[in-house]
Amino acid sequence: MSARSKQPIVWLLFGAGGMLSALIGWMLVFITGIAIPAGLFLSPDLFSYDHVLAFHRHWAGKAFAFAVISLFLWHGALRIYHSLHDLGIKSHTLNGWAVFGIAALGSAAAGYALLAIGF
Amino acid sequence: MPEARNITIEVLRYDPDGDGPPYLQAFPIEFTDDMSVLQGLQQIKDFQDGSLTFRWSCRMAICGSCGMMIDGTPSLACRSFLRDYLPGPLRVEALAHFPIERDLVVDAGDFMAKLARIKPYIIPKEVKPLSAGEYLQTPEDLERYEQFSHCINCMLCYAACPQYGLDNKWLGPGVTALLHRYNSDSRDGAAGERMQLAHEPEGVWGCTAVGYCSEVCPKAVDPANAVNQNKTKSAVSFFARFLGGE
Amino acid sequence: MGRRTYTRPMDGWWLRNPFFVKYMARELTAVFVVLYALILLVGVMRLAEGRAPFEHWVANLQTGPAIAMHVGLLAVFLYHTLSWFQIMPKTMAPVIVAGMKVPACAITGAGLVASAIASIAVFVAFRMFAA
Repeated sequence: MSARSKQPIVWLLFGAGGMLSALIGWMLVFITGIAIPAGLFLSPDLFSYDHVLAFHRHWAGKAFAFAVISLFLWHGALRIYHSLHDLGIKSHTLNGWAVFGIAALGSAAAGYALLAIGF
Repeated sequence: MPEARNITIEVLRYDPDGDGPPYLQAFPIEFTDDMSVLQGLQQIKDFQDGSLTFRWSCRMAICGSCGMMIDGTPSLACRSFLRDYLPGPLRVEALAHFPIERDLVVDAGDFMAKLARIKPYIIPKEVKPLSAGEYLQTPEDLERYEQFSHCINCMLCYAACPQYGLDNKWLGPGVTALLHRYNSDSRDGAAGERMQLAHEPEGVWGCTAVGYCSEVCPKAVDPANAVNQNKTKSAVSFFARFLGGE
Repeated sequence: MGRRTYTRPMDGWWLRNPFFVKYMARELTAVFVVLYALILLVGVMRLAEGRAPFEHWVANLQTGPAIAMHVGLLAVFLYHTLSWFQIMPKTMAPVIVAGMKVPACAITGAGLVASAIASIAVFVAFRMFAA
């Protein structure tokens, strides 16, 4: 029985993150990075501490925030993993630990912070 | 009488019996509008330098022998026309990502070995005697694999694939397209066996969806599609096998 | 009998062909997707730390350089959306509608429309959340 690649695990996360970021990534960047800070089409009050806290205290808000942060990190991780190899940095093991390590740590940090915010 | 034109073909020469690395040699030729790059090379061999070495056979883009890099693009020499490269010079090199044997001839051994590994022939689901009659296929059955059956084993897709160039362990586009062709044929029963090769890290997972293979394929096989469809299949089966399905 | 074959180096391979440059540009968007995710991650962490740290994170977002960076990020994310739906048809089995195979450009178009609709829905949700 030949060795089966374990890439499907990360590939599905990559695909989910890629699809999510392709569908709403650009709008999220616009909203959080341009519209709300500059008060363009949306009120800067949306980033008031009480508003944002309320959103992230709700289970749906937590789920959304976690999905965006974690899936974007996993999507980027697999692509960067391949790009490092494409650019001549050929150590699969080292590249793997680095990129997937960051994605895993980032996801864990997001999960921890979101739980610490409370309900 | 078609008028004669001039172009210079720069060929990457390589002599395995000498000491040096490959070097470019320029050959000015006269040609007529109907002449292919292959005919240009044949003219050089016939009248200027008989040692120029290259593979060719059918002259009509069906045998897959004359694949080479023409101005940096993997192309069939018989299907590329000198008039399209004016004013020149036109650079012709051996197919990329393969070791050069001599001049424009590459060592295709790796491709041939991989082709044999995927068992590129119908392995019937059950052995039927001749008396049982022929296999019947509907047009829909044919549609599912026909495009991938057009592969002429020219290896242009391997010259196009940077992942194959960086690490030639993976199966590669053409062989995976043929794997898909046989798996998708209603007469065949060996999909399970072939998928074991696809599931390997050097199977479909060596592909990063560059897509250039499908761009250069002279037969519109779309190997990128064959490979990436099988990524989805391989990923689904990776998880499905824990649920008892495969 | 040994054959002295010659293997050509792959250095700088992606600079040699416009097709490969586009491929690397597509792959490079991943760096910016990660960057944006990290910005959001920091935001969520500051939120957990308390009012003052979070308001400091918001204040940083309101500066000129931060907004300019997000304009750049927006361009990259738009390119990601486009290139994602361009490659998507390649990963799919043929889609047959009314006996005809749906062409790749139609699948790409459908993806782009889906992005527009989903993104507008997100925007509307944010507007409603303010009310």
